[in-house]
Amino acid sequence: MNDLVDFWLEHLPAMLDGLLVSVQVTGVSLAIGVPLGLMLALAVQSRSKPMRGIAIVVVEVGRGAPALILLQFTYFGLPNAGLSLDSFASAVIALAWCTGAYTSEIIRAGLEAVPHGQKEAAEAIGLNHLDALRYVILPQALRVSVPALLGFSILMLQASSLCFAIALPELVSQAYLIGSTTFRYMPILVLAGLLYAAICIPATIAVSALERKLGAHA
Amino acid sequence: MTQDMLLTMVSGVPWTIALTAVALLIGVVLGIPLCAMRMSKLVVLRMVANTLILTLRAIPPIVWLFFIFFGLDTGFVSLNPFQAAAIGLGLITAANMAEIYRGAMSAIHSGQSEASMALGLSTYHRFFDVLGPQLFRVALPSAASYAIGLLKDSAIASTIGVHEIAFQASHVSQRTFRGLDVYAVAGLLYILLSLPIAWASRWADLHLRARVAR
Repeated sequence: MNDLVDFWLEHLPAMLDGLLVSVQVTGVSLAIGVPLGLMLALAVQSRSKPMRGIAIVVVEVGRGAPALILLQFTYFGLPNAGLSLDSFASAVIALAWCTGAYTSEIIRAGLEAVPHGQKEAAEAIGLNHLDALRYVILPQALRVSVPALLGFSILMLQASSLCFAIALPELVSQAYLIGSTTFRYMPILVLAGLLYAAICIPATIAVSALERKLGAHA
Repeated sequence: MTQDMLLTMVSGVPWTIALTAVALLIGVVLGIPLCAMRMSKLVVLRMVANTLILTLRAIPPIVWLFFIFFGLDTGFVSLNPFQAAAIGLGLITAANMAEIYRGAMSAIHSGQSEASMALGLSTYHRFFDVLGPQLFRVALPSAASYAIGLLKDSAIASTIGVHEIAFQASHVSQRTFRGLDVYAVAGLLYILLSLPIAWASRWADLHLRARVAR
């Protein structure tokens, strides 16, 4: 047991570095992906046909193709088109695409949950389309979407583990590297699992508590 | 994109389907006792189930697969990549199915359970003749969308060497130094595979809904 703790303590700094990269890549992807999701959700409902078409394709490909394939596409595929990116930038593009596609559906559900009368009332008091969206519709729609968006953010932290496949030095890559040099895969993978669990389990519990609390007032 | 490259990638399709099907089967079956434990009257059972579900869902699939494939391999058990992937994804599916069953349970009116108890039906008949069929119908749409998600998650098995679509795609792209079209085709294959599941689920849902007056 002491041996295990020593092993963990010895490699903890490298693992925490990896965790930091995981959190960074998740954070940047969400910061780009959620606004993208909002734009896609609005574009899918737009009156212009080409815009709707493009938005639907972006959403359906982002949701339909596995995140791993999106990552490999941006990292190994885009250089063929003359666009070479480092693994962090590729990871952010792929995960932001994935985030945009999924969150657009979450936000669309939120937009649909706003009663139609709200939109009519905004029109009746003379707000233009943009102001109606900004002051009336979005504040209500986003409030409905918050629990689902937070739940999705937890999933994205887990999805960032796929960046292992494109050699981003995140948590799983670090664990694998340490495992392959020390031949002690089991303990280091357990530590990786514990680190993910230490973030995701409290976050999951907090999100479901929030959901219950918001649900109680609905 | 030559025919040879395309054929290599398509040769991954049966593996993807097999892996998804086996993992789904494990999850659908193991999800039942897990859900029963989660809803049990005994606090200990409930806590065990809750911890299992939270842990299985909180740790990324790739860590589970590595843990089962590399971690458990050191001593007494030796699994091939397909077995390791099927067990790992199957366990994760079980946790998610347990939550889907629980959600479906709460959607069934409590009067159904009370009525079958009032009629003096045994626990077995209460579950298999009254609650079960309704549960199946309610749980089907979420189970189908989970199955589509699982199909995409099965791409992760390529990292431990299961010869499915993502594995063949990276194999082909390494051999030919072409990534753009290879991964685009791989993504398209996954999208094409998920379409029949979505259609079947929608059809079954309409069909089952039509048989029950609501």
